Amino acid sequence: MKRKSFWSWIWLIIGMLYFILPLYATFDFSLRARKGVLSFLSYQNIFKDPNFWSTIRFSLVIAVFTIIVSILLVVPTAYWIRLRLPQLRGMLEFISMLPFVVPAIVLVFGLIRVFSGAPFFLTNTYFGTDALLVAAYVVLALPYVFRSVDTGLAAIDVISLTEAAQSLGASWSTIMFKIIFPNLKVAILSSAFLTLATVIGEYTIASFMVGIKAFGPYMSLIGQNRTYESSSLAIISFMVTWSFMGLIQLFNRGKADSGSLAGAR
Amino acid sequence: MAFLSLTNVSKVFGTTAAVEDFNLEVDKGEFVSFLGPSGCGKTTTLRMIAGFELPTTGKITLDGEDITYKSPNQRNVGMVFQSYALFPNLTIGQNIGFGLQVRKLPEADIKKRIDEMLALVHLEKHINKYPYQLSGGQQQRIALTRALAINPRVLLLDEPLSALDAKIRVELRLEIRRIQQTMGITTIYVTHDQEEALLISDRVVVMSQGIMEQVGTPANIYNFPASEFVAQFVGQLNLIKVTDVDLKKGTCLLAGQPVKFEQSSKITISDKPRLAIRPEELQIGTGAGRNALKGRVESVLFLGAVVRLRVDLGGELISADFFNERTRTLPRKGDDVVISFPEYSCWLI
Repeated sequence: MKRKSFWSWIWLIIGMLYFILPLYATFDFSLRARKGVLSFLSYQNIFKDPNFWSTIRFSLVIAVFTIIVSILLVVPTAYWIRLRLPQLRGMLEFISMLPFVVPAIVLVFGLIRVFSGAPFFLTNTYFGTDALLVAAYVVLALPYVFRSVDTGLAAIDVISLTEAAQSLGASWSTIMFKIIFPNLKVAILSSAFLTLATVIGEYTIASFMVGIKAFGPYMSLIGQNRTYESSSLAIISFMVTWSFMGLIQLFNRGKADSGSLAGAR
Repeated sequence: MAFLSLTNVSKVFGTTAAVEDFNLEVDKGEFVSFLGPSGCGKTTTLRMIAGFELPTTGKITLDGEDITYKSPNQRNVGMVFQSYALFPNLTIGQNIGFGLQVRKLPEADIKKRIDEMLALVHLEKHINKYPYQLSGGQQQRIALTRALAINPRVLLLDEPLSALDAKIRVELRLEIRRIQQTMGITTIYVTHDQEEALLISDRVVVMSQGIMEQVGTPANIYNFPASEFVAQFVGQLNLIKVTDVDLKKGTCLLAGQPVKFEQSSKITISDKPRLAIRPEELQIGTGAGRNALKGRVESVLFLGAVVRLRVDLGGELISADFFNERTRTLPRKGDDVVISFPEYSCWLI
């Protein structure tokens, strides 16, 4: 038993080193901007750079719109599929996985080609391009959003809850906004954070559509031109993503706690 | 005129007829149970009354109004589900008040009604809890009060006790009946539990394969089953092969022993006639006006309040139930016994 435990620890340590060592090396490197001493100079340079703030602000706004559009698109669709068209669930699941198969570069060229000519001229204006970027990110986030929402819907008895609300006189809008959305809070938050993390770091689509306006291309540019700042930006980016992951865990744990109190549900 | 009426109602899913030519009239304040095995169409019929399924043919009227094609949220029908279906994001109070809020009633009225409903099931102190903090029995009580809070014209219960353990089930079914009688609400109750249906209903509708087999009071259904299915499904029944049937005289031979019976004209007799008799009609020993049969005890099953003897009548097994008595000496396996039953208590199928 002890021998088994020993090897478990060894493998765990090897696994952790595999992930932590490169990260530690990057962090260590990011602190060496000033010769001979460890300092946060590269971080200060990043935070002083107005492009950092403008790009992250732009990507955050795009992320928020992506989340809103994704949720409004996916929640009613997934709900209706579970309620009335369960036979189509497999197909929807397959469609939601397509963004993993279609490379982002193919997607962005396709979008630009279709939406830069008649009858759509979206790429002719900033607003149109931003809207197209949101649409592209909605597609990109579809696997995460659909999975989260579908899992959330599986955890509640959608049919009975809907019928119970209907028998009490509720309209479809009341059912959606008072019953379904509140009961999918955790799933929606999970998908929102995953979408946020995806959009913030996305490079390919952003660089072809809006260029340096977005955070992903900005990170790439810094990586090419400024040695230490690129490492600090990588660490900042990790911290932001991990914060979102941590928040997901926090919300999920809250849900698990409430579930453990339950008797028959 | 009946308060709730189903006329020639049928429902077909694809090529399968779930309910066929269903006709029922329910009076105001009546408690009617739909009883039958899984897939007999009882829940489908209930869901058609609720509006969750549309009939393929037929008409449903409620209080003189045709509701056949009305949407569920316009029927003012209360529904209780097997899975409780309480809204997990709302407190108990909010769950009960949900239907009233949808109707945009004043807050004071809603609060008063919630208090009344909670008092009805003695769960006042749980008003601010969430459904997951309550036991299954408590959740189902809340589901019942939520359905009643809106003053529905009809209360529909779809196997509401199936998910509960036996003790809570026994408690809650009596509570449902008490509340129904207190409020005088017309109720349709779906169950596959015959004891439940017989105990709490004014009338029972026995269903099989989408067809209504018999409608009647619990005693009528049990004592005078209209078909072999009803006789077998409701209660325990011995069905024993007989020969030399003389319908005019009302006699036959059971394992070579003569038996007299009183035949109901309602039941058609099959090509291979069998004698039907309830186990509780049998007793050890003989008596005047009773059919007496000799046999050997095959097994003695102790069921607590009841003791069941399985007697071999020479190739044919018959079950006989007796109330358990502390001082009673029971026959043992292999003992020769004489069992008897009144002539009027058996019939041919």
